[in-house]
Amino acid sequence: MIFDRVKEILIEKFGEQVIVAEERDQKQPALVILPDLIAEACLLLRDHPDTWFDFLSCLTGIDYGVEQNKFGVVYHLSSIIKNHQIVLKVNLENDRALTNLPIFKSVSEVWKTAEWHEREAFDMVGIYFENHPDLRRILLPDDWQGFPLRKDYQNAEEYHNIKIEF
Amino acid sequence: MESLPINFHQVALGRYQAKINTVSAEEMVLNLGPQHPSTHGVLRLELITDGEIVKEVIPHIGYLHRCFEKHGEALNYAQIIPYTDRMDYLASMNNNHAFVMGVERMLGIENDIPKRVEYIRVLVCELNRIASHLIAIGTYGIDIGAFTPFLWCFRDREHIMNMLEWASGARMLYNYIWVGGLFYDVPVGFEERCAEFVQYFKPKMQELNELLTDNQIFISRTANIGVLPLDVAINYGCSGPMLRGSGLKYDLRRVDEYSVYPELDFEIPYAKGEIGTVGDCWNRYKVRIDEIAESLKIIDQSVEKLTKEHKRTKEFDPRALVPKKTVPKAQDFYIRAENPKGEIGFYFIADGRSDKPFRVKSRGPSFCNLSVLPEISKGVMIADLVAIIGSLDIVLGEVDR
Repeated sequence: MIFDRVKEILIEKFGEQVIVAEERDQKQPALVILPDLIAEACLLLRDHPDTWFDFLSCLTGIDYGVEQNKFGVVYHLSSIIKNHQIVLKVNLENDRALTNLPIFKSVSEVWKTAEWHEREAFDMVGIYFENHPDLRRILLPDDWQGFPLRKDYQNAEEYHNIKIEF
Repeated sequence: MESLPINFHQVALGRYQAKINTVSAEEMVLNLGPQHPSTHGVLRLELITDGEIVKEVIPHIGYLHRCFEKHGEALNYAQIIPYTDRMDYLASMNNNHAFVMGVERMLGIENDIPKRVEYIRVLVCELNRIASHLIAIGTYGIDIGAFTPFLWCFRDREHIMNMLEWASGARMLYNYIWVGGLFYDVPVGFEERCAEFVQYFKPKMQELNELLTDNQIFISRTANIGVLPLDVAINYGCSGPMLRGSGLKYDLRRVDEYSVYPELDFEIPYAKGEIGTVGDCWNRYKVRIDEIAESLKIIDQSVEKLTKEHKRTKEFDPRALVPKKTVPKAQDFYIRAENPKGEIGFYFIADGRSDKPFRVKSRGPSFCNLSVLPEISKGVMIADLVAIIGSLDIVLGEVDR
């Protein structure tokens, strides 16, 4: 099974500490990776002849809620040649302050498609990606305040003196 | 790990502004859109041009942003389906289908769905796929300067719109495929009308091919323009006709074998480079033309099944399995499916207590396909840039969500 092979490959290269946790009982099993190593791990999995994860299907930034104070990024990788998939996750604790965003490593060097996905995660959830070439807001205006997909987001009442009605 | 820069909002923004403000005397910054017909919606491109040559393209998106994901967190699963209609509004059925499949798999009822329901789903999805491709082809023609194909494509698309309206009650935004079933069974006579449509439409495609596909003017405008090599396409997450246009035979209907697609006989068209180079605008266009023919085959087979093996009966109730309250177990789940534009994905996080998703993220194929535009349009002419944008076949409702 590809899940065990991925785990083996990662442990072989980075040691036991790379796997923080594993969610095996799900329909789509996921590996929780140490946030510092995510970019190297992705590069390894992309180029390893047993895995060939050449296609990043989806990258999601997640706010796990006010009680947990945890932010995460989920990577859905798939291999076109080998036809298998894996889910990688990284999580970080954070105090939710708007000046103290959670920082993850960018994987845009590994898959270029991550560039826009990460911009979206930055824009919507407020996750900062280190080494990203162009981390601007993508969907919202550049001067927007706050991150709408955070669970504690207060809906903006006006934008440039224009009242926002719902 | 580094610490967060204090002015993290300004760093990249400053870099971008500096680039725009310091163009040299020969260069000019030109805005294309958001109200330009060739950008297919509200896409704004900032071009740094040197005469007629495009040196750099900076896309600006978000003019149609409604934050589908925020709405999704406030609504239950059945109520989110109409929002998926409005993502790729030219292929609403396909979006409904992908979303509904994801929820059904989370509930674990995907194997209980009656075959008739599945065949109807495939039938309406393929009709919608043809409609979407007809728009892509027609508007592509008009981008290039061919007016007639546009009118022909819209004429034929209107037949499909009428049929789907007959089934669902809405012209474009159907909300027809529900979790566990369908809104209604197809109306009496629908299958026959589909068969009639296929008969009517096949010669029309022949005419369209003669008029546009093999047209020398069209070929000169599209062949060898905007070549997208396969490795770049994969790295940028391109999917659907974009990926197949670069020469890869890859279709999620065959790879994932969802719904009843394994029982149907159809080919996956991919670019072979009969004209131009593999990966150029003409080849992407040709993949769409070929896909229409394959979709017609699927429609024929579905109609056959729906009139013989899985016939309409009095007892058949397409809503029999629709859950009263959709509460999936606590889990996260990613579903992907083949939309006319490419791989549409939905990522759900369910908390196991409520009938609303904790988080729902959508991966729009147009969003990823558009991200490759700056890469393949370096050094082209402005007129060719219009040809390239048209060949991407983006829908801004889905880019912005």
